[in-house]
Amino acid sequence: MTGYDLVVVGGGPAGVAGALSAAQAGLRVALVDAGPRLGGQYFRHRAGSLPSGRGADRFVRQCRALRTRAELLLDHKVWAVEQGEDSVTVHVMAGQEERPFTLACRSLLIATGAHDRPLPFPGWDLPGVLTAGGAQALLKGEGVPAGRRVVVSGTGPFLLPVAAGLAKAGVSVAGVFEANGPLGLARHPLLAAGKAGEALGYGAALAGHRVPYRTRHAVVAAHGSSRVTHVTVARLDAEWRVLSSRTVECDAVAVGYGFVPQIDLAVQLGCATTHSADGSPVVDVDEGQRTSVASVYAAGEPTGVGGAELAELEGRTAGLTIAHDLASGEGGDPVPGVLRRRGERLRAFARALQEAYPVQPGWQDWLHDDTLVCRCEEVPVSRIREAMDLGATDARSIKLLARPGMGWCQGRICGYAVSCLAGERPQAPRRPIAQPITLGCLERIEDEQPH
Amino acid sequence: MSDVIVIGAGVVGAACAYYAAAAGLDVTVLDRGPVAGGTTGAGEGNVLVSDKEPGPELDLALLSNRLWRELAEHGGFEYEPKGGLVVAETGEVQRQLVELAGKQGVEHTVVPDTELHGYEPHLADGLAGGVFYPQDAQVQPMLAAARLLRHGADSFGHGALRLRTGVTVTGFVRSGERVTGVRTDHGDILADAVVNAAGTWGGQVAALAGVELPILPRRGFILVTEPLREPLIRHKVYTAAYVTNVASDSADLETSAVVEGTPAGSVLIGASRERVGFDRTTSIPVLRRLAAQATALFPVLRNRRVIRSYCGFRPYCPDHLPVIGPDPRAPGLLHACGHEGAGIGLAPATGHLLAQLLSGERTALDLAPFSPGRFA
Amino acid sequence: MSFEITVDGRPVPVVQGQSVGAALHAAGITSWRSTRREGRPRGLFCGIGVCFDCLVTVNGRESQRACLVPASPGDEVTTS
Repeated sequence: MTGYDLVVVGGGPAGVAGALSAAQAGLRVALVDAGPRLGGQYFRHRAGSLPSGRGADRFVRQCRALRTRAELLLDHKVWAVEQGEDSVTVHVMAGQEERPFTLACRSLLIATGAHDRPLPFPGWDLPGVLTAGGAQALLKGEGVPAGRRVVVSGTGPFLLPVAAGLAKAGVSVAGVFEANGPLGLARHPLLAAGKAGEALGYGAALAGHRVPYRTRHAVVAAHGSSRVTHVTVARLDAEWRVLSSRTVECDAVAVGYGFVPQIDLAVQLGCATTHSADGSPVVDVDEGQRTSVASVYAAGEPTGVGGAELAELEGRTAGLTIAHDLASGEGGDPVPGVLRRRGERLRAFARALQEAYPVQPGWQDWLHDDTLVCRCEEVPVSRIREAMDLGATDARSIKLLARPGMGWCQGRICGYAVSCLAGERPQAPRRPIAQPITLGCLERIEDEQPH
Repeated sequence: MSDVIVIGAGVVGAACAYYAAAAGLDVTVLDRGPVAGGTTGAGEGNVLVSDKEPGPELDLALLSNRLWRELAEHGGFEYEPKGGLVVAETGEVQRQLVELAGKQGVEHTVVPDTELHGYEPHLADGLAGGVFYPQDAQVQPMLAAARLLRHGADSFGHGALRLRTGVTVTGFVRSGERVTGVRTDHGDILADAVVNAAGTWGGQVAALAGVELPILPRRGFILVTEPLREPLIRHKVYTAAYVTNVASDSADLETSAVVEGTPAGSVLIGASRERVGFDRTTSIPVLRRLAAQATALFPVLRNRRVIRSYCGFRPYCPDHLPVIGPDPRAPGLLHACGHEGAGIGLAPATGHLLAQLLSGERTALDLAPFSPGRFA
Repeated sequence: MSFEITVDGRPVPVVQGQSVGAALHAAGITSWRSTRREGRPRGLFCGIGVCFDCLVTVNGRESQRACLVPASPGDEVTTS
């Protein structure tokens, strides 16, 4: 039961590039993605259209090439992976009916991307408050603007394209509120060289739509009864404590404080993890994108948030390494120097960007006792503090006592905030079941033939 | 200096500390991690009398059952006296269940097949019957341990019960043979007596005192479903095979269906037992078996989703009895560990009896069957 | 290129290729679920299948993430 030479999980820039590189080297490749179209978050696009944005033409070409060279399993969710004697088993649910089956492969590439990293604030669970990535996905993937008058808030360069996209779609963007100071970008020699051009482009686009951009400001509360109707925007000090505040009317909010790499599958396999500059647990990989577990590779955001260009490069690197390792055993370095040097540059840039947009501790002062931290289990911050008072000293024991992270999302949304409240760096998440699976599916996983 | 040091802030350690403080002793509880982060943190919270063979463990369980009801009156943690329903697949098994229930002498009701749905409307058809045990209950064990420690600290005089988390015991302080305290990564702490309530790690703590306790980890997986809006399952429901598996000595994988709802809305599904050391690697074949057994009992669960699974390690002793009492090989050291899968349920009785010992009272139950001396 | 689905019996227009969640949001319906404990309203939040805020029942299949399920003509969506 050898199945495929390579199964790639994730159809964004890293996964597509990895699958294509490996397929071009002659490997038998399958790419699995939960979505209906390739693209991941960065190249998300509407049905019947093509991805747009920087690098999109190249991505479209890669996708076309991949279609003839690899098996694409779209609308397929991976809920678990297992290491066997000489293969990796990928447990998949197919389509809306969620038919369970398994794929066997000699190597696995984890290219599962990242999701938004929100911070709780009073009213953040009101309808109309979306993550920045959620607002972007709704617009890019569905053609639906988050609202008529939208406030964008959080930290990091991702806020700019979100706001610019909304403004371009005719939405009134009531303001972009960046919690960190005035860049960042301009002052940092490395950043100035790289992203400044792109940032200036978005800046000009926002200025053209008369969208105010304020640094050291953030949405610290959302108000409304069944839907957000206005927000409190505060001027912040360097630690993000509130200096003064005012009210801004809006019918939607897009908030994001960076990203959380999705590393559940790597943790299931026991891959070593480390922390990136933004505090996120990430998969530890070598220069060939090899994880600490034989036959398992990771590329893109799971190894550290670095954007689409770096993700694509890491995907290509992984594809080449996998082809090399399968042909001649692991070890050695098949990656051309040019790729490696560009990777080093992009990684240094990503690190600098993460350092330029840190999350400061003052956000904890925005919370009221009854502010929900865990949206699923409806756990307010008071219960988290009570658990700590009872002897919970880390995020895990807080979860055991007060239940944040025990619900539907399994801590994907509140995990970062709970770790901050516990005063620890987020630990690698242990989620043996990466996607909810019905007991009916689970009981018949072995009855289904390998694909 | 405390009168007593308790090693382990799980539910057994918490109960020992609580009852010792209640008896007027000064207690310091040490844990290398947070409160309830070890064996207790992976526990389901069973407070069962139904699964015990007649004998010393059942006596302990009955005492504990009564004490849990008392402790729950303080509030602050979930305690559900919901009862347990043991079901039989065949007439022969039902006959055995009824016979066991008769021998146990525990309050129970024999449930014929025609009345099973009155107890559990969603049970599968075709079962032969069951026995209902009204005393079986469920607690949220982590919160219960934390609340017991807090309640003990608040109720019995200032400073009588101290919790120190993040303190690792590295050895024992001895005066001659006698244990007079513990060495920790935060320095020595002295006491007149030391209680080993380290759960699955109880054998390792005992080894620091140079005594052997044959406590081995027996791994179990639990499936946790999505939170249900309306409870589908009213009681703790399990098949007769569970009783057999609990009492088995096999190191190999054994599974039986144990299904119950929780106040949080999730259904918990167990139980598996296997001796594989402290290996935390998820076994998908085990998860599959648990799913199949649960849906065989409750077909309605087929379209409910599992959102989580986790594993824990029961502190297993070869004779399936906990180790409770003074260790003759190390005077001053007492053990309260090795409760296998019943530690949550047996915790209050364990703490109560140890506190009686520590304060020189006659114990409410004979501790001889649980004596650490049986391994000497 | 558009069609209708019903949400708790009400017709909601869909543009071909949209998810159930996007169609609801576009129709001005921003919440369609209430939480178990406090009955708080929930709709789209993460938009990419991570937060599980947007759960719906589609054609009798419970607990589907509205942001992930593509809408098909005639789909019957019910909410809780």
